[in-house]
Amino acid sequence: MGDVAEPDVHAAVARAFHDEWGRVVATLIRVTGDWDVAEECAQDAFTIALDRWARDGVPRNPGAWLTTTARHRAIDRARRAARGDAKLQEVAVLTGEEAFDDSGIPDDRLRLMFTCCHPALSEDAQVVLTLRTLAGLTTAEIARAFLVPEVTMRQRLTRAKRKIEHAGIPYRVPPAHLLPERTQSVLAVLYLLFNSGYSDPSRPDLSAEAIHLTRMLVTLMPDEPEAIGLLALLRFHDGRRAARVDADGAIVTLEDQDRSRWDRVAIAEGAALLDRALRRDSVGPYQVQAAIAAAHALAPSADATDWPRIAALYDELLRWMPTPVVALNRAVAVAMADGPDAGLALLADLDLPAYHLLPATRADLLRRLGRADEAAAAYRDALALAPTEAERRYLARRLASVT
Amino acid sequence: MKYAMLICTDEVAYDAMSPAEAEASTEAYMQFMAKFDTKLLGGERLRPTTEATCVRVRDGQLSTTDGPFVETKEQLGGFYLVDAADLDEAIEIASQIPSAAYGTIEVRPVWEM
Repeated sequence: MGDVAEPDVHAAVARAFHDEWGRVVATLIRVTGDWDVAEECAQDAFTIALDRWARDGVPRNPGAWLTTTARHRAIDRARRAARGDAKLQEVAVLTGEEAFDDSGIPDDRLRLMFTCCHPALSEDAQVVLTLRTLAGLTTAEIARAFLVPEVTMRQRLTRAKRKIEHAGIPYRVPPAHLLPERTQSVLAVLYLLFNSGYSDPSRPDLSAEAIHLTRMLVTLMPDEPEAIGLLALLRFHDGRRAARVDADGAIVTLEDQDRSRWDRVAIAEGAALLDRALRRDSVGPYQVQAAIAAAHALAPSADATDWPRIAALYDELLRWMPTPVVALNRAVAVAMADGPDAGLALLADLDLPAYHLLPATRADLLRRLGRADEAAAAYRDALALAPTEAERRYLARRLASVT
Repeated sequence: MKYAMLICTDEVAYDAMSPAEAEASTEAYMQFMAKFDTKLLGGERLRPTTEATCVRVRDGQLSTTDGPFVETKEQLGGFYLVDAADLDEAIEIASQIPSAAYGTIEVRPVWEM
């Protein structure tokens, strides 16, 4: 193979980074036992690829090439650092274990996922570790996404890695008796990640990363219906993304969205995934949420939405997740099925201090009942609590419509 | 790896136990200790914080005060030192300490020198 054009090599390395970073890091963590060394060696491998692939061509299996190269970097580093027998033994472990061929790279990403999402780590730590080690976002990118200074994010990552090492969080896929609980923990992190991108339209990258990682999880756990259910849910949400915000950057509610702007490919994939999950006959909260999203996404118009079915699905979801937020969503569905009065009665019992969607929902139901003054007061309450600019714009507009 | 398991419970509620309840609790601890005999490196039950004394030395000056270091709803009532393969095994053992059913077990890795 001769020289490869430079832009092609850059594109190939960028694609490999997106597809293979997590796999390379995951393997290197297993063989070196050191998260920082693993990341540095993976980084080195991608840098070397830029040069070598231009000279020798892009390898047939970039993931295997990168993992082998990163591994050799780790061996070089260990040799250079070797002082005394203990260190030399480490080198022996690195060089001795498992012969490499292009096809048989063992996939360590699943154990990396479970370790990053171990419930002994804080939710914040789980999310940032997943973004750094599996998705390959830089510390600066993660800091930007979560609106914190880079130095703060670096400390958060260091602290999390230190806890994994010192508290003895195992690097493995949990045994069967722990698997259901731990899988929920992984799914919760991926959904949280998606939502941090989804609720703020100025930060779309996180949602794309969440879909990428959930797709990875489904590939690695093809028999886990809840993982498939989560991917279906994310695809339904993502399919409506373009219609969620208007030209002025205000949130557009489901009812008012231009359905011709929905991504039919994403929604069709969501529907196919949901079917695949439900066929396993082991329902769970993500499959139920995906079924709710499907009922919205597949309705030809807002008026044609099957609200009694959605209300029934929320009943089911409440059994899995008896939280006030789910109860709030159920109240909305009941209001749509049986009238605003029925919904208002359900809102009265909810304890959700400082959650802007409670007064926003109350305001909306009061507006539908023609109780303009009460609606205005509730919109003002919601405005004071709304966390994003897009939501404040939407609420301000609604407030203006009733005053 | 070695882990300290700090058993934190509400002393007041614990004191209010009937003799039968206290006996059941002791029995549960005996069973726990028999089950994890090979994993337990040590452990003690502590007298209540009403019998605690805080000692400080500042600028060479000794001060002793009555009571616990901080007033909290749950107090340190005992501890085990446990040998476990990893945090998952430590969590498994901690979850079977009888007080986990009503108090909190703080699992702390020992600082290996």
